[in-house]
Amino acid sequence: MSELTAPKPEPDTAQSSLWKDAFRTMRRRPDVIIASLIMLFVFTMAAFPTLFTDKSPTRCIGSDARERPDTWFTGEHPLGTDQFGCDFAATLVHGTRPTITLALSVMIVAVLIGMVTGILAGYYGGVIDAIISRAVDVFIVVPLMLGAILLLSLFRGRGAPDNLFETVAPPAIALAIFGWMEFTRYTRAATIETKNLDYVTAARCLGAKDRRIMFKHILPNAIIPVTAVIPTTLGSIIVAESALAVLGIGVQPPATSWGVLLSNGTQWAAGGYIYLFGIPLLLLILTVFSFATFGDALRDALDPKLR
Amino acid sequence: MNAELGQEHAAEPVLEARDLVKHFPVQRGIVFKRTVGHVQAVDGVDLELHAGKTLGVVGESGCGKSTLAKLLVGLEPPTSGSINLLGQEIGNLPQRKIRPHRRDIQLVFQDPYTSLNPRMTVGDIVAEPFAIHPGVVPKDKVTAEVKELLDLVGLSPDHVNRYPHQFSGGQRQRIGIARALALRPQILVCDEPVSALDVSIQGQVINLLERLRDELGLAYVFIAHDLSVVRHIADEVAVMYLGKIVERGTAAEIYDHPRHPYTQALLSAVPVPDPELRGRREEIILQGDVPSPINPPSGCRFRTRCWKATERCAEEVPSLDVGDNGTRPPVSHHHPNQPEGSTHPTACFYAEEKDVTHAVK
Repeated sequence: MSELTAPKPEPDTAQSSLWKDAFRTMRRRPDVIIASLIMLFVFTMAAFPTLFTDKSPTRCIGSDARERPDTWFTGEHPLGTDQFGCDFAATLVHGTRPTITLALSVMIVAVLIGMVTGILAGYYGGVIDAIISRAVDVFIVVPLMLGAILLLSLFRGRGAPDNLFETVAPPAIALAIFGWMEFTRYTRAATIETKNLDYVTAARCLGAKDRRIMFKHILPNAIIPVTAVIPTTLGSIIVAESALAVLGIGVQPPATSWGVLLSNGTQWAAGGYIYLFGIPLLLLILTVFSFATFGDALRDALDPKLR
Repeated sequence: MNAELGQEHAAEPVLEARDLVKHFPVQRGIVFKRTVGHVQAVDGVDLELHAGKTLGVVGESGCGKSTLAKLLVGLEPPTSGSINLLGQEIGNLPQRKIRPHRRDIQLVFQDPYTSLNPRMTVGDIVAEPFAIHPGVVPKDKVTAEVKELLDLVGLSPDHVNRYPHQFSGGQRQRIGIARALALRPQILVCDEPVSALDVSIQGQVINLLERLRDELGLAYVFIAHDLSVVRHIADEVAVMYLGKIVERGTAAEIYDHPRHPYTQALLSAVPVPDPELRGRREEIILQGDVPSPINPPSGCRFRTRCWKATERCAEEVPSLDVGDNGTRPPVSHHHPNQPEGSTHPTACFYAEEKDVTHAVK
């Protein structure tokens, strides 16, 4: 085949495949559209915070502290001010970027490590399985907080972070290192279940290499339990990060995150300043909901029988 | 028929197994595994398959038929013995080196509900062999080739974008056959290809397999426990018991002139289609269960359930040749269908013909 000629357009109707069909089905579901809009909104906030607020989150006037958002979405402080007199809307919007970057990077790293180790352990078994499974056991017995505190104490000496990477990297590394085991276990179980099925034997009989079997036949099965836990894990990462922040080893001020706002907000919620707690919580719930809906729809779409 | 067979043996077989053995170790312990025994799934099997012919392998569940199928297609490495595929030895090759030979021999599975990936379209399933062996068909012709294959097995080529669950069992089995045929193999090993199907569908799939054999010149190793299906399709039949072949011959020899007690017992259990004749045939009911393949009986493996067994059976292992010493005269070319004429290989010291198939009024 010559590489120089442009590929000819398919004469027949395009051959469909699992992922193409899945995408086509998802596009038609209203809940997926709503979830995508929420995700788009949150991501836009993370990428372009100045679109949503013209205030600086670091310009705080003490005399304006704890102004309730009586004007709601308009006026000087659309969402009121926090306990230091900073504009709450600006704080929230500017906190989105570290939150989303942290949650997604932890998630992606944890899922990648988990799926790769899980498939390797389940598929090859034997010594590889023993090593990976024992490593999982070891990481599971170390409590997340303890491990993260120990690990983050290594970064103690650093000064105030001046860019996103420095803000997010230490807690992200800590949370990812202690967050991948769940995915390994789910993936390993799904792999063991799948690898002895007849269709995998058929692929081997045709001469398929291990890599092809793992990606084409086992991965679509292994993704299913993983999509189910991703949304809840996303929420717990954001909350765990706030716990690290309280201990002073999470996202460092002046940068902030939803987790930090949540944990600060709890102190004021009982005193009548429920918005300081409620608004970040609402944002968190909406984000987790949209990921959950998306994951659920993806799982359904990847199962031809449920389409 | 016998005379015809004599001439064919002159040609080189497309698939030949010699003294094929597969023992699975039985291990105990979690960290320090020790082997406490071996499951002797296949123990010294010889077989020959000629181009365009069908070799039926029958036997009850657990006798090693499926392991034999996996050995023949190279999915399991044999413990010892040789497998000769189109004149090349594949029994001792590592998996990596078997890959090119996989184009010549393919497997059709028993259960059409698990042998197709539910998450792949039919087009992807049938095209997978081409994706694995990219040199076979140029990329731009794959779609056309897949449609041709679907047409060949009697499915509509428009079904490429459907998923397996949208098909019936018989149609799924056709998809499995199309996938197996994609690389144009010369040999198909069919591991109980119709036993998971409705009886009405079994006939269609068997007829399809027969048509493909004639059109494409395929050779089949046809493994089944349904004796009537095997009789319909097979030219030669091998009867397996506990990992060994106990009797081998043409379909007519085995079905009309069974000589091994086990074959006779098996055949006598085939239901009689005529209610008038039911109960008028001698039925041999075997006592006990199949012995464990981990610790098979000494000597003849069938002796624990055989009504003819003597002390000799416990001491000596009967080979397929011993039955030839029977009292029957050798087959004569002038009377190929003479009932007395059968001296096909039988692994029994006391091989004697007994008509158990035909019920008489």
